[in-house]
Amino acid sequence: MTYTMTFQELDNWRRYLTEEMFAQDKERIRVCTGTACLALGARELVEDIEKEIEKNGCDLEVTKTGCQGLCQKGPLVQIDPAGYFYQRVKGSDAPELIANSASHGSPIRRLLYSDSGTGQPCERLSAIPFYQKQRRIVLRKNGRIDPTNIRHYIALGGYAAIQKALRSMTPDEVLQEVETAYLRGRGGAGFPAGTKWRHTKKAPGDVKFVIANGDEGDPGAFMDRAIMEGDPHSLIEGMLLCAYAIGASYGFIYVRHEYPRAVKNLRIAINQAQELGLLGENILGTGFSVHFDIREGAGAFICGESTALVASIEGARGFPRPRPPRLSNPGGGLWGYPSNLNNIESYACLPPIIENGGNWFSRIGVRTSPGTKVFALTGKVVNTGLVEVPMGITLREVIFDIGGGIQGGKRFKAVQTGGPSGGCIPEKYLDMPVDFDSLHKVGSMVGSGGMVVLDEDTCMVDMARYFLSFTQAESCGKCPPCRIGTYQMLQLLEKISQGRGERGDIKRLVELGRFVQEGSLCGLGQSAPNPVLSAIKYFREEYREHVYDRYCRSGVCRGTGFFVINLGECLRCGFCEDACAFDAVKATKDAYFIDQAYCTKCGACHDTCPVDAVRILKKRQFELTEEFKIPAESLEFIERRVHMKLSDVLESKPSVVYTVPQDSTIADAVKLMVDKNIGAVLVVDEDDQLVGIFTERDVVHLTAKGSPFESRPIRSAMSRNLITFKASVDVSAAMSVISDQKKRHLPVVEDDKIVGIITYRDLVSYLLPEVVYMAHEIY
Amino acid sequence: MTTTTLTVGRTSGWDEEKGERMDFKALTITGMLERAAEATPAFARNRAMLIPLLHRIQDDQGYLSPEMLQALSRRLSIPLSEIYGVASFYDQFHFSPRGRTVVRVCTGTACHVKGASEVLSLLQERFQVEVGGTTPDLVMTLETVSCIGCCGLAPVISVNTDVVGELSSEGVDQVIERIITT
Repeated sequence: MTYTMTFQELDNWRRYLTEEMFAQDKERIRVCTGTACLALGARELVEDIEKEIEKNGCDLEVTKTGCQGLCQKGPLVQIDPAGYFYQRVKGSDAPELIANSASHGSPIRRLLYSDSGTGQPCERLSAIPFYQKQRRIVLRKNGRIDPTNIRHYIALGGYAAIQKALRSMTPDEVLQEVETAYLRGRGGAGFPAGTKWRHTKKAPGDVKFVIANGDEGDPGAFMDRAIMEGDPHSLIEGMLLCAYAIGASYGFIYVRHEYPRAVKNLRIAINQAQELGLLGENILGTGFSVHFDIREGAGAFICGESTALVASIEGARGFPRPRPPRLSNPGGGLWGYPSNLNNIESYACLPPIIENGGNWFSRIGVRTSPGTKVFALTGKVVNTGLVEVPMGITLREVIFDIGGGIQGGKRFKAVQTGGPSGGCIPEKYLDMPVDFDSLHKVGSMVGSGGMVVLDEDTCMVDMARYFLSFTQAESCGKCPPCRIGTYQMLQLLEKISQGRGERGDIKRLVELGRFVQEGSLCGLGQSAPNPVLSAIKYFREEYREHVYDRYCRSGVCRGTGFFVINLGECLRCGFCEDACAFDAVKATKDAYFIDQAYCTKCGACHDTCPVDAVRILKKRQFELTEEFKIPAESLEFIERRVHMKLSDVLESKPSVVYTVPQDSTIADAVKLMVDKNIGAVLVVDEDDQLVGIFTERDVVHLTAKGSPFESRPIRSAMSRNLITFKASVDVSAAMSVISDQKKRHLPVVEDDKIVGIITYRDLVSYLLPEVVYMAHEIY
Repeated sequence: MTTTTLTVGRTSGWDEEKGERMDFKALTITGMLERAAEATPAFARNRAMLIPLLHRIQDDQGYLSPEMLQALSRRLSIPLSEIYGVASFYDQFHFSPRGRTVVRVCTGTACHVKGASEVLSLLQERFQVEVGGTTPDLVMTLETVSCIGCCGLAPVISVNTDVVGELSSEGVDQVIERIITT
């Protein structure tokens, strides 16, 4: 019973729907039923709310929307028309939700989102920092409409773009708009969509295909799922626009099997569109016909690669093949017909581009990567969820403003973008803009849009190993560089993370990685080494620690480190002895120790110790304790001292620095030294700049020569060959200079300003504890 | 190998003894391919139906039985070896019956230390099943996994999609109860 609407009828119907369904004062409860919220109990919540409405008999509409974004705080509920935004709503809140907010307008305070920084509750979505920096173009309707109801989509201006295109634009004009917009492929590589379309359009032949790539396999990425589940019609409309522009009459949406809800909602959407004559034969009476169908994957990551995806639709093993011919070339696409393949998000960008024009889109974001990008923000960040930001926003804004910073007040370490094909970006690039070219420059990529935030507890070796084990398992096995190369790289990484790394392993890893990048056939292999190579590039120190010190600073890699018990803190509770599965914790009369011959470095004793008395040492530290019989507790003390800076010494003593102007007499300086009981004064010029130092030793020399103290200016008597230090210098460096150069006073200068003076006496008191300790040991 | 009665839902007309009499009309993929007939040669159309049909069969029966694959091979005129080739490429196709509940015991180091092997042997004893195997009554499939990233809750197992952590012997009993009653 397909009915073909005319343009006029669609216009009228949309106006009617807009006024009726989305009237300004209509009372409505919007419950997020994205996958994350469903897992947190959104389904039961909807049932409870519906029951409550029935009981009260009030006129309230419940809309089950797609993902609203702030997945961590789910289930999310929004109340129209007041606009209240509630988080963590439970079924038991339903009566209050209906009785209080919807009809009477005062918000339920305990369900409001409160800012983690200020603790201030936010009544409306727009007040929440998580949403403030976002700009929603792709997700414009997500969270506002019921994805299984085409009327909602049309009421919010849906299918207006294809209507505009069919009514007033030629296919070439549509293509021109997309080229003007300079839309770059959202699947990760960032190839301009317009260029791709033109290739397909130019290819000879009447039969062409549009294919949407919904095989979103990256761990930690779920933006395509959100679009397919929450706003399937915008994907369909985008594909229709593409089909119209390139002259295709068939389309496939390839969805991974793990997204059953996406498949269901897409099927509903396709059927609804067909019933209204917006899809199928003779669309809107224009004679333009397109048919879409859905294909499900079956758990193969490689099928996200375009040629493998086509092979999978054709019913073959999902092997990629060499290009050219590209999909857009004759003989290259689906069954050999020219085909245009884009990511789900790319298609979802199209309706707004056609409605508002390519120029509008190209002005958003940065010139070389216009538009917005949806990211799945996950990992150790306070607010996890789906965010859409204009390109060119800095990583810092995404992670700290939108994401709310690192969980538990820990330190930021890196952010991993692009999943198993991307790389990690260290702290120093936090202020870098997020766009295709900038991320590529630092060895990562936008990729499908996963953004995993890592804190100091994450081990970069383990992280790389995780991603590589994923790509290694998902390698299709067609070409040896990828099949064997990733396997060998994984073996090396496992060796390193288990504390069995050898000299040269890191170099071998880099060499192998480059080889896999260059030799592999498809994108999977070419990008598989990225997580490893970027981790080595920015965190080589951690890799070296794993190999040479057998030590993992994050305590993640089991099998690394040397476990010892700090007897100063040990309570003798014996929990570690019980916890050890290998009887490596031995008890003596009054203490416990760990027998390294039995220890498997599993970490069980460390995890179970109530007072953290089990210490994990580096290999070098452990050798010290063995060789010199230094107990673990004093080793830590020595370690701390070794890393002491001059600033630490300065902080531990009165910080007044006495200076004299260079025009004053020697007598003035001597008087100051006597008054203040000090051994040296610093001499400064008119601008308070340090020009010299005058010490006790100078007094001795001058006295021997019989110089007149009263008349001679200090300028002529001071020593000018000064050695100054910065406050960040190690104490040990300062000590060696003092003993080599026979200096007794060291001025400490920061940015041309004198911040203090270190004397040989300070260094004696610095060394004193060791001397006392050694004396204690000897006697 | 155990013989089991196959309950067939949507593929009505399936006769266990004459495997080839499968009602493929019920399996016809939504109309599009027929419309695309002018675009695709017959063998390609058959090919294109292969993966959706494998999905359909597995949805109905829980796995891909040799009889079904043979029937499919005859119907689609695709050699059985090629069907196996395609099906074995994809992780989500299984060639032996799977249990209603799939239990994955984590054997990562943290879980190992905290007694994952005991959990595993308790489950093996109770259900008389090897790792990777399925009970004859298709109640459960037992697998091991190297780490599911919940080391703080060790020992951990996953029951279908749920993660159950901090398992004691009573906890294992509860899980067993849950598996039996599912």
